[in-house]
Amino acid sequence: MRIKKKIPLIDQANKLGFWGGKFGGNFVPETLKKPIDDLENLFNKLKKDKKFIGERDKYFKNWVGAPTRFIKLKNLTNHVGGAQIWSKVVSDANGGAHKIYNATVHCLLAKRSGKKFIIGDTGAGYAGKMLSMAAKKFGLKCKIFMGAKDIARQQPNVKAIKKNGAEVIPVYSGSQTLVDAVSECMRYWVANCDTTAMCVGSTVGPAVFVRICGWSTSQISRELKVQLIDVFGSIPKKLKLYNCVGGGSSSFGFWNEFMDYDKKQCEFIGVEAGGPAKSKKHAAPLTYGSKIGILHGAAQYVNQDLDGQIEETESISAGLDYPGISPLHCFLKDTKRARYTAASDEDALSAYKTVTKFEKLRPSLEPSHAFSVAIKEAKKLTKDTIVVVNSCGDAYKDREILIKRLGKKYVEPN
Amino acid sequence: MLNPISLAFKKAKQENRAALLTYTVAGDSSKKQSLDILNSISKNADILELGVPHNTPVADGSQIQTSAYRAIKNGIKMNDIFKIVKDFKKLNKSKPIILMGYFNMIFQYGENKFLSKCKSAGVNGLIVVDLPWPENKNFAKKCKKKSIYFIQLLSPTTSEQRLKKIIRDSHPMNYFISMLSTTGGKLKVSPNEILKNYTKIKKIDPKKEIVIGFGITEKTIGKLKSADGLVVGSAICKEISKSLRHRQNPVTNVSKLVKKLKSKIL
Repeated sequence: MRIKKKIPLIDQANKLGFWGGKFGGNFVPETLKKPIDDLENLFNKLKKDKKFIGERDKYFKNWVGAPTRFIKLKNLTNHVGGAQIWSKVVSDANGGAHKIYNATVHCLLAKRSGKKFIIGDTGAGYAGKMLSMAAKKFGLKCKIFMGAKDIARQQPNVKAIKKNGAEVIPVYSGSQTLVDAVSECMRYWVANCDTTAMCVGSTVGPAVFVRICGWSTSQISRELKVQLIDVFGSIPKKLKLYNCVGGGSSSFGFWNEFMDYDKKQCEFIGVEAGGPAKSKKHAAPLTYGSKIGILHGAAQYVNQDLDGQIEETESISAGLDYPGISPLHCFLKDTKRARYTAASDEDALSAYKTVTKFEKLRPSLEPSHAFSVAIKEAKKLTKDTIVVVNSCGDAYKDREILIKRLGKKYVEPN
Repeated sequence: MLNPISLAFKKAKQENRAALLTYTVAGDSSKKQSLDILNSISKNADILELGVPHNTPVADGSQIQTSAYRAIKNGIKMNDIFKIVKDFKKLNKSKPIILMGYFNMIFQYGENKFLSKCKSAGVNGLIVVDLPWPENKNFAKKCKKKSIYFIQLLSPTTSEQRLKKIIRDSHPMNYFISMLSTTGGKLKVSPNEILKNYTKIKKIDPKKEIVIGFGITEKTIGKLKSADGLVVGSAICKEISKSLRHRQNPVTNVSKLVKKLKSKIL
């Protein structure tokens, strides 16, 4: 299994949609074969279409707000001692997280295909919030599927989705989190694929959704590459890119443009959700060696029992609370291009405290997982090492959890 | 020897009627009860589909989901399902059984081991909801070697060209999904429209048996009786849930329902 150079990773799947011959694919009901083929054809055509790319870039620049900041965390660097710690503040993007890129592209595609309705899943509520924003912008009617447990713990985003005019459909089956929201969303699509476009909220699902999402979030690394050259004159000799990994959309987008660099120069570190320190449950299939299985249309490493039932996950971060992981990351793991590790709920909370103590940056619980590992590792690294953490979400949505776990002083007043 | 599935269609044709296929979830609501249900409905049903419950089903509506979650909660495992089939076959040797489920369960068991187990338990056919053509080509070949029918699904969204290719590769029985829906949806197209699509598919290769499923209930089954076979699933799962809720015996209630369904297609 090898990564090819000079070919975008999203285009390295074989004819049936498998990366490395075994990750991804299209394990879907027959009814979805045609809408998926149609979407694939449309996407393959448009991603080569200069006019379409121009349109995407226009919206990214003027509406999403490109580029997002790339800043040095001076105080944190001084406090930690060791490598320089920088952050790509993707939460600057309109709506407060990276999910806006994928949502925008899916709405542009839906418009091109003449669909009037769009549906999407959401965990932390960001994918749903952004899809509802983009749907409003592009005049599409929108439904968001969200687990009942996530609705309760991510209220600020739920309110935002509703304010944008979208309908929130609570999902009560299974663990009532992201995995069930994705299942329910796919079921709705099976029944309504003639009129409705589906946006999968991360680099998961049938192959075309993995590709579209990866193509969209790659905006992050396109910006970062320019910013690194601006600041350092060239891509630094020792660069380490830390990112949290749930489904894997922000991390893939954060790394994509650096794929062809030697990993000794540009190392990728993915941080999964290890769950509560005392719990055996987690959302870290790569770190804890889960077996390959099929979830939501794609073969991937996934938490499951011996029979193949998908296991419940547990994480303080709704956005990382997913039993599977993008086929792209499975491929990056097996080719050893990226390294994966996990941070516990407590690690993430502690990192959030540290970052907010020293910097004017409020990473949500998802990137706090990445900060936790970055801070620990930066200590042992030399000053000429550039550590960059993708701060891909803003903590506003986590207010209630943060107040409950850390107390009011760690949360900015409303 | 002809596969019992083909014999069942032959028998129904001799009686000038559609074959009745039922779907129940293995282990719903317990291992014993699901075996009892199979035994008691086998008098009136021609072919029995037995669902392998999975906890992230992407094509099942709420009725089958409820049955599946109930079965999983009550501890059903893959090996229990083979045992149910084996026990059923002891009493009903010639009654065909089809296992229906999602590919991850087969994948985890190991394709070859799974098929050997199917063979020794007496499974006659397989429907794998999320293993479409052409992805299923290899697996279908393996099934054929074991004389197990791999049943292809066809949908209203399947293009004419694709239909031809799938049917060319298919085994003697195929399954037409009546409409764009998960299982158990309300019939949102007219029976005439469904039969029109059915006839179009049937013409491609009249020798292949085509059954129609999704959204078929007591009310709608009579209008579709000109098909080779008709599948009722969610309506039965719903009956089990209702019986449990009312503290009635699901075995007798489901048995009555299947008898009624049969009477509508005679």
